[in-house]
Amino acid sequence: MRTLTDLDQSPRSSEDATRRRYQGDEPLARDTVNNRGGAGSARPHESAVKHVTGRAAYIDDLATPANTLHVMVGQSPVAHGRITRMDLEKVRAFPGVVDVVSLADVPGHTDIGPVFGGDPIFAHDEISYAGQNLFAVAADSYKAARQAVKAAIVEIDEQPASLDPVAAAEREEFVRPTHVHERGDWQAALDGALHVLEGTQFVGGQEHFYLEGQACLVEPTEDEGVVVHTSNQHPSETQKLVAEVLDIPFHAVTVSNRRMGGGFGGKETQASPWACIAALFARRTGRAAKVRLPRADDTRGTGKRHPFHNAYKLGFDERGVLSGGDIDVIGDCGYSPDLSEAVVDRAMFHADNAYSLGSARVTGKRAKTHTASNTAFRGFGGPQGVMIIERAMDDIARYVGEDPLTVRKRNLYREADPDGTPRNVTHYGQRVEQISLLHDVISQLEDSSDYWNRRREITRFNAQSPIIKRGLALTPVKFGISFTAQHLNQAGALLHVYTDGSVMINHGGTEMGQGLHTKICQVVARELGLDLEQVRITATRTDKVPNTSPTAASSGADLNGMAARDAASKLRDRLFEFAAAHFDVEGGGLDRETMRMEHGELVSGYGEDEQRVAWGELVQAAYIGRVSLSEKGFYATPLIHYDRATGRGRPFYYYAHGAAVSEVEVDTLSGEYRVSRVDILHDVGDSLNPAIDMGQVEGGFIQGMGWMTSEELKWNDAGQLTTVGPSTYNIPAFGDLPETFNVKLMEGHPNSQASIYRSKAVGEPPFMLGISVWSALRDALASMADYRFCPVLDTPATPERVLMVAEQLRQAKRSRYNDNVRPGHEPA
Amino acid sequence: MIDFYLNGKRQRLTNVSVDTSILELVRQQLGQTGTKEGCASGDCGACTVAIGEPDANGTINYQSANSCITPAHQLNGCHLVTVEGLADDAHLHPAQAAMVECHGSQCGFCTPGIVMSLFTLYEEQNQRPAPLTQQRLESALGGNLCRCTGYRPIRDAALTMQDYPKATPDWAANAALGTDVAVLAKDVSDTGRQSDATGYAMPRNIAALRELKAKRPGARLVAGGTDLWLETTQQVRDIVDIIDVRRVAELTEVEEVNEGWWIGASVSLSALMPLLAEHYPAFEHLMHRFASSQIRNRATLGGNIANASPIGDTPPTLLALDARLRLDGPRGSRELALEDFFLDYKNTALEDDEFIAAIFLPRPAADHNLKVWKLSKRREDDISAVLGAFAWRLENGVMRDVRLAFGGMAAIPRRVPATEAALEGSRPDAAAFAHARAALAKELTPMADMRGSAEYRTLAAGNLLERLRLMIDAESRSASNDTQANNDNNFATKVTLDAYAH
Repeated sequence: MRTLTDLDQSPRSSEDATRRRYQGDEPLARDTVNNRGGAGSARPHESAVKHVTGRAAYIDDLATPANTLHVMVGQSPVAHGRITRMDLEKVRAFPGVVDVVSLADVPGHTDIGPVFGGDPIFAHDEISYAGQNLFAVAADSYKAARQAVKAAIVEIDEQPASLDPVAAAEREEFVRPTHVHERGDWQAALDGALHVLEGTQFVGGQEHFYLEGQACLVEPTEDEGVVVHTSNQHPSETQKLVAEVLDIPFHAVTVSNRRMGGGFGGKETQASPWACIAALFARRTGRAAKVRLPRADDTRGTGKRHPFHNAYKLGFDERGVLSGGDIDVIGDCGYSPDLSEAVVDRAMFHADNAYSLGSARVTGKRAKTHTASNTAFRGFGGPQGVMIIERAMDDIARYVGEDPLTVRKRNLYREADPDGTPRNVTHYGQRVEQISLLHDVISQLEDSSDYWNRRREITRFNAQSPIIKRGLALTPVKFGISFTAQHLNQAGALLHVYTDGSVMINHGGTEMGQGLHTKICQVVARELGLDLEQVRITATRTDKVPNTSPTAASSGADLNGMAARDAASKLRDRLFEFAAAHFDVEGGGLDRETMRMEHGELVSGYGEDEQRVAWGELVQAAYIGRVSLSEKGFYATPLIHYDRATGRGRPFYYYAHGAAVSEVEVDTLSGEYRVSRVDILHDVGDSLNPAIDMGQVEGGFIQGMGWMTSEELKWNDAGQLTTVGPSTYNIPAFGDLPETFNVKLMEGHPNSQASIYRSKAVGEPPFMLGISVWSALRDALASMADYRFCPVLDTPATPERVLMVAEQLRQAKRSRYNDNVRPGHEPA
Repeated sequence: MIDFYLNGKRQRLTNVSVDTSILELVRQQLGQTGTKEGCASGDCGACTVAIGEPDANGTINYQSANSCITPAHQLNGCHLVTVEGLADDAHLHPAQAAMVECHGSQCGFCTPGIVMSLFTLYEEQNQRPAPLTQQRLESALGGNLCRCTGYRPIRDAALTMQDYPKATPDWAANAALGTDVAVLAKDVSDTGRQSDATGYAMPRNIAALRELKAKRPGARLVAGGTDLWLETTQQVRDIVDIIDVRRVAELTEVEEVNEGWWIGASVSLSALMPLLAEHYPAFEHLMHRFASSQIRNRATLGGNIANASPIGDTPPTLLALDARLRLDGPRGSRELALEDFFLDYKNTALEDDEFIAAIFLPRPAADHNLKVWKLSKRREDDISAVLGAFAWRLENGVMRDVRLAFGGMAAIPRRVPATEAALEGSRPDAAAFAHARAALAKELTPMADMRGSAEYRTLAAGNLLERLRLMIDAESRSASNDTQANNDNNFATKVTLDAYAH
């Protein structure tokens, strides 16, 4: 007979003592909204203690069977060519090697492209980028596998590599067809405009540089299948691809992920190849197989943020207000489609950022080049689209002789122009709903950052300082939330309550540091009125919640939070039904209408009629009463739709907003610069967890700043990436944190849509706040031209790029052509 | 055998191959996976550990190190502290507690390394309390990359951890540990105990080193290992024959003489910094931007020279300071001007059986000036694109003893004699500097690589000369006007950013 654990009946209140107002620079400390740890409170990351003690396990930390194989891949040194000979005999013969595979050894699908195909698991004939997988080796040790790879004899008929996406676009070499958004008569808008400006820009790519590199551990099962432990944002897709590669049913593959050491989009599609390869070895040898890519192999082999070449031609009036125009964005997609269709779409969807373009055409091209296939990265093309309109705002402001902030404010989405023309609809037909929020964010930040006084001070400083120049810029963010592929906007959750009252929640989202699991636990705790400590989350597994979407598009908490809430509320209602009939039978049962969960107790009635049942008692009674203590939840985002044929729709459930003011100080002799002060105000609706959201805002900003400044990808003429590790690829370091960093979450604006507790997605939108640093650098450089124009500054704006622009401006001034030469401007 | 303490417990490990790193040792052989590998090249800091070595009083001083590129055999006689060793069951170390409460971890992968860097800072604060200036914080944390948080909460943790209740792990409560480690260190040293992996030799004095060099001229010399170890972690080469010079007594000393200092080749960069701070503050300031604390704690001055990289940071600076080398070997010792040491790309005057014994740093004259400027994409933890080192004296208004050297501008770090000649004996005026700049353009042949184009390097190097002119000009004016140069109130003379100025 099953016996039930004795319960401590007193409601728990332990965490109040341990929770302290967290310390830090004002105004970061926030009191919690709900001190019991439910949604809305600033609870630490669910794994924080495990992180700081080293007990949090990542893939390479998992205990492995003694005979586990170590897998390494052989990568192409050549960017483009044909394999004329691949002799792997010496690899096979290398001491410690157990097995070697190449394309011919794959029993099932050999194309592991995530959406459209085009990604061979191993190159067979044609080589499409330097770093492409040619074969793989499994050995008894990591070192043996690495050394064995070098013994391969590979002869390649090398052909010229196509590395220029603009030239590729001219030749119409695309990985996917060109797509257009068009609204109104953009040509007439240009023809009728008082002023027209045009310009082009290059926006560099970005390496994810997740601290934990690509890794997986695959164990064979007693059936024909495998269990895959993988550092992975999209377990369901990996399940599908592994099954297809092995030619076995999906139910034979279980994919599990407890946490990632960073993802940022780099483990959405890029984590699958390694799982497929390790699975091949696991099935062939009957031994567990582990892949852990060395940093350089990882950086060479996996896709990055798409570099973009953008162009604009825009018409505007004497106040700098846009009437319309034409914007072109060309994404450098690398050799295959991967996610590039949606990435370039998102660049197009964000080519307006927060501004009403007027009558506009936006064209997105997907150029094919011989590099790794570029992929998802926080913002997913959105930031690259935002760059072109922010460039235009600065250009236009200088052209009409206004401060860039003034011109930005004039162009913000608004209900209508004075003449009644509506200005609240995007170029793809979605109405911008929270217009007052957008304007509030900017005006509050304008005040709190003291923008105009600092502007005057900076202008005065620059007039007197010949070498050091300061710059200031405010840039806004309006970021669309939802997967633009409608079907991905769904999520599932699985909730178990055990008879000691402890709760386990599982859902389809993955934890990569963003605090998703913490938020989900908080949602469940809030729905069930429990302390957070009573709710535990487990690894994301395809055998618990199936057919999940990637944890991407900032949607993790929106989708999975709603699914978890669905499960918890259904279970709660069932317990309420049970309790109404079960308790206080003599008194006629508990009042169902007023029933609620509070502080670990079921409560019904008010005042003198109030009755309470402790959670544990309720759960045990329900168990004895044969009521199910398990529930699943599901959620599908309502309202959204997008018609690709017309380029029209409402692809986004809502927009998240924010703005940043950055100040920089530039040494125009050396190109060195410092970001001296940053003020941020960011909209997360009603925050699910202010501490976690603050972390996303700050971390997103710094990552965006890195993209704009020091993070430079360089390929040589042969198409080999030369920045393959942290000694050559520079993400921001500790000292790049601005000395003054005032970050606030916007208050008083709950989400206008019925999202989880009216919160908003926060993963990606703050990334674009980093663009303010680039705009501030341009502002500083513009001072060298007496603010008559805004010089072109491609990104990343490394000290080299800044110096070269400064030197150009200095030469222009010296050569007295300065009245005629306006670098970066081609008045049309 | 490697005989050491790990988190307070004695470890005696046999059969550890010569090229094993500390990271491989703890993760693979000891199964302690808290310490992470992020890059295996000493750049990201995820693998940071603290290595404790006893001082004369038996107090253990802990220094951070990148375990991914530190030879495991160097643990002999040390106390290694890893992230597993900080908390006892119930209580987090203050560095850990502060990280939790400040929300300093997101994905958590860099966190063990950050915690260890905070731990060494905490220990330092306990032993030698000092204000946590921005420079100190950068020094403590500049070698730990975090991709998630943006560092603000980590800064908060660093600033507040000292306020947390003291919580010490079991080993720290063991008062005898310092003595135990000291006894072990002495024992290891006295017995000259060498690894049972026969390829790893650890000579204790220069005579033994000479003998080994004669016997094993092909053996690789290792001191910090911060560059050599990349051959195993990045190029996957086997290193089977090593002579470790880190504990050669004569090589770890700094000898002061009238004319200056003989700095033993195995003196770590960290250990050198106080001396530089006193006599060459510009050089010391540069060292804050030399890699990271983790690297500076292990890397040595001799190693940075012998490495002969065209983009090493100390060689151009030492060239400008007229440094000399003492080379040694079984055939005796000889002295050589540093500028005669670098022959061609990665090619030096060092014979196969020789090693660098010491570097002579001349004592600065009272009117000696030195400026060192490093240009890189990132201010911290980055490698130079261009480094310019400028030394001169002003005598009756003209420049004397002008010595200018550059890194990143040729296949070797080198002086620029024609440029020097253009300034030598001249007033530091625009005309002289225009000549100098023209000469500079002719005598440098910078490379183009991922750190910068040749065009940028040429322009930047020339502009550093212009910065030098402006700074001399500003300083002479401030001397005559008695106003502070290069400060916020004097826009016209501010020619560098504060964070870079020195």
